[in-house]
Amino acid sequence: MNVMKGRLFHILVPVISVLLGLLIGGIIMLVSNYDPIQAYSALIGGIFGNGYNIGETIRAASPLILSGLAVAFAFRTGLFNIGVEGQLLVGWLASVYVGIHFDLPKIIHLPLAVIAGALAGALWGVLPGILKARFKVHEVITTIMMNYIALYVTNAIIRAYMLAPGERTKDIKESASLASPWLQQMTDFSRLHYGILVALIGALFMWFVLWKTTTGYELRAVGFNQHASQYAGISVSKNIILAMAISGAFAGAAGTMEGLGTYQYMTINNAFTGVGFDGIAVSLLGANGSIGIIVAALLFGGLKIGALTMQSTAGVPTELIGIVIALIIFFVASSYLIRWLTNRFTKGGKI
Amino acid sequence: MSFFDILALIVPAAIVSAAPLILTALGGVFSERSGVVNIGLEGLMMFGAFLGAIFTHYGEQWGLGAASPWMSFAVAIIGGALFAVPHAVASISLKADQVVSGVALNFLAAGLSIFLTKKLFDAGQTPDIQERIGKGDIPVLSKIPVIGDLFFSNAYSTSFVAIFLAFVVWYIIYKTPFGLRLRSVGEHPMAADTMGINVNKTRYISVIIGGAFAGLGGAIYVASIAGNFTQSTISGQGFMALAAMIFGKWHPLGAMGAALFFGLAQSLSITGEQIPLLKNIPDVYLLIAPYVLTILALAGFVGRADAPKASGQPYEKGKR
Repeated sequence: MNVMKGRLFHILVPVISVLLGLLIGGIIMLVSNYDPIQAYSALIGGIFGNGYNIGETIRAASPLILSGLAVAFAFRTGLFNIGVEGQLLVGWLASVYVGIHFDLPKIIHLPLAVIAGALAGALWGVLPGILKARFKVHEVITTIMMNYIALYVTNAIIRAYMLAPGERTKDIKESASLASPWLQQMTDFSRLHYGILVALIGALFMWFVLWKTTTGYELRAVGFNQHASQYAGISVSKNIILAMAISGAFAGAAGTMEGLGTYQYMTINNAFTGVGFDGIAVSLLGANGSIGIIVAALLFGGLKIGALTMQSTAGVPTELIGIVIALIIFFVASSYLIRWLTNRFTKGGKI
Repeated sequence: MSFFDILALIVPAAIVSAAPLILTALGGVFSERSGVVNIGLEGLMMFGAFLGAIFTHYGEQWGLGAASPWMSFAVAIIGGALFAVPHAVASISLKADQVVSGVALNFLAAGLSIFLTKKLFDAGQTPDIQERIGKGDIPVLSKIPVIGDLFFSNAYSTSFVAIFLAFVVWYIIYKTPFGLRLRSVGEHPMAADTMGINVNKTRYISVIIGGAFAGLGGAIYVASIAGNFTQSTISGQGFMALAAMIFGKWHPLGAMGAALFFGLAQSLSITGEQIPLLKNIPDVYLLIAPYVLTILALAGFVGRADAPKASGQPYEKGKR
């Protein structure tokens, strides 16, 4: 009975949070003289309306799944990786570098480019891991700092060594591309690419490692209680470093979605892509589980793509969706409130 | 180019870019010394910058003239304080993960300020403000030889407000009963509670004051440096202020020093091309310097920085 209730609660919190977020978003629209019903129907049309929108939603969700996995994987080991954004940028750059400078058959080139991106992300993630394990430096701060270092360093590298006209690198070679004419054709020529398969494999990988291997057991044990794990003979340092490396690898792979899939090149970024920060929202809403993350990423991807239609037909600025996502994070993070409320209602005031 | 010319080029620029960082870092000191981690500084600063831009603009239209930016500072202080309330409620009363709540605050600020800008002005940016904080000589001090020219001539008054406030904050946190309470709930809330200090109330006050400081920092950034508010006006300054707070070891004066130093690094990356010695060093080293230094400081290479003991943990009465 209690287990059932626990499960139900775990599904209930995100659902209620999303509904509350959308509800308050609607109120904000009412107050600012927009028509929420028209806006939300435009939003839904912008997600499911036609093949193109569906394709774009899935495309937008692919890097979000991977960045969500990155945040979740670290979280399972008790670490908060806010550095997904930076790991994504170095992964993006590494994959594009391999995509441009190597000449190989597709069957080797494409996996190599994806692995290069993941490795670069892992390297960028492992440094805060080592600092945490060795010097007890809080990973939240180091990963934030690493984000900015990544932003400026990748820009400087592009400017110095890889610049093509238009503040960007050259296009990658066809043999390293995730683009799929077949998927594009099927979705009215959206930018949908094979990256979604990489993302789904990533989700499967996380589930397998965490729940079906000894390593995963150790990682989760460290996440639950470092002292107990240490006492049981699990090396806390080793697992912290490993978790950050794998988390960074997911983030780097998210960068390859942009580099090898959506854009086929890398631009000089004035600011962060936002995909890494959205990953925090995705993993939180998906309760750090593979399936939850896929669903949450599709939801956020859909909201972001649908927002474009919402702006063009109902005139509501796309930023409204940013507000809704922020509210959703607040509500999920404050699940204490929802827990408290449901307890009030189900127990009729009794403890 | 003489050494003095170089100083005259760098120092004023450093002080100008440091002022918003100092104030936001002070906001961080308030919040974190009371035990509430504040990743939301960036968002608070962004919201302050938004309020600063629109209320300076409105002030001009209402005929306030040169007083407009100062009026906007007042609004940004109140707005920043109010905007910190969701973070306070979530992380103190609802026991949410403080980092997550701070991240949400950043999202909310980015969404809300641009949404409102588009709503109010039908454009992605606010109109340019006319009444910026002007440069001027500080009356008596600018007459001092050498130092007067370097620090007090052609300077923004807001910079001195920021430095002055750093000392005020130092006095509040280290020399008043309220400051003692604030530090005690950040180090050992249970002991503080036993001594009759209201932990949650103290934390609420600290987080809200912190929001006010960060809001002011954002508004000053607009009035002295940016001139208007767009999506990219505040991009990373809040996190840099967070870095300054840590590099300054959670101490108001340390945070001020670190912010001045980071301001120097920022101004060097802009003015560096005019200085012979630095011309050949690529910008990127100066751009990443604050972040690299912060990591080194945390790792103990540049003097160890330790956070307040209870930071990041919600306080639950009776919990062991």
